Amino acid sequence: VVRDLSVIAVLGDPVRRRLYDYVTAQDHDVSRGEAAAATGVQRPLAAFHLDRLADAGLVEVTFRRMTGRNGPGAGRPAKLYRRTGAEHQVSVPPRDYRGAAELLAGVVDMIGGEQELQRAARSRGAAAGRSALRDAAGADQHDRLTGALSEQGYQPYPDGPDIRLRNCPFHVLADRYPPLICGMNLALLEGLLEGAAITGVTARLDPRPDGCCVAVGPSKKN
Amino acid sequence: MGRVTGYHLAQLNVGRPCGPVESAEMAGFMALIDPVNALADAAPGFVWRLQDGDGPGATALRPCGPDIMVNMSVWQTFQALQDFTYRSGAHLDAMRRRREWFRKMTEHHLVLWWIPAGHPPDLGEALQRLDLLRRRGPGPLAFTFREPHDPPAAPARSGEAALAP
Repeated sequence: VVRDLSVIAVLGDPVRRRLYDYVTAQDHDVSRGEAAAATGVQRPLAAFHLDRLADAGLVEVTFRRMTGRNGPGAGRPAKLYRRTGAEHQVSVPPRDYRGAAELLAGVVDMIGGEQELQRAARSRGAAAGRSALRDAAGADQHDRLTGALSEQGYQPYPDGPDIRLRNCPFHVLADRYPPLICGMNLALLEGLLEGAAITGVTARLDPRPDGCCVAVGPSKKN
Repeated sequence: MGRVTGYHLAQLNVGRPCGPVESAEMAGFMALIDPVNALADAAPGFVWRLQDGDGPGATALRPCGPDIMVNMSVWQTFQALQDFTYRSGAHLDAMRRRREWFRKMTEHHLVLWWIPAGHPPDLGEALQRLDLLRRRGPGPLAFTFREPHDPPAAPARSGEAALAP
């Protein structure tokens, strides 16, 4: 817990926090120059803070020669940053919601309560969607949707006609009980779309190696 | 778990459907059998699956009694089966909806075990493995996704029968 606290404390600096948010939301490794431009800080300052994030294990570092340059004279490989799989939690005073969630998920799985869980998740998602709709009165549908998804921690990004979700908020549980938790998550997101009055798009299960198993895309015409 | 071991992973699943295969309750499930099986056949690491001549997939087979359906398949690695089961959209979506079609079972309904490559298991052997899992819990001879076991260390000898539990 103390280690997690010191890791999270690294994000206390606002510039660092912006860089962290930017790097972890990208689908590619991010160079110092790109991170600096995206967050509006000077490159040396971005480099300094990106390395503090890497030291704390909040982002990972790789080195790659930029494309098209090889052999002598190609220069040093660029230092690139990307999100890590590690997760950090701090609660003061100590709480163990994850332990409780693992127990509860195991029991719901054992007693075959998937449909009840999905119904409850759908109505919770709908409540979150209605509150997003109130908060974003006047915003267009796309902004309302990405705003609501960001608010719930999904880190949405456009992918062709779809919106994909970089972050799975239930990662550890989803890994252990995929049909149960991904089914719950799909129902949450279906509820969110309903509650936020988003039309013409549908949430579906479409797992990729990383990120959330749910994608949101144009509804199929019947 | 992706290395070449001389062993393949076998899987048996049993389920108690909510109605006869031709009933309205089961129509959604039956409609998914052929497309999801086609997806399995094309999946990386797929080796073999049980089929009967009568219904789609193995849906007409009733080796455990009239109200229990079975499916059985063989994969090159644990990872290959896990990826198909939980990381392919169509199959994960079917699993998400399984309570629409299948009653909950209080006992284990899925068993995994290692077989010498090249020798698809028969149903009798598969049911023995399920019985072993139900009696003794997960072990090297019969296990689950949540508590996997590595294949035996020694390479399989050709024609070697699976160890009787």
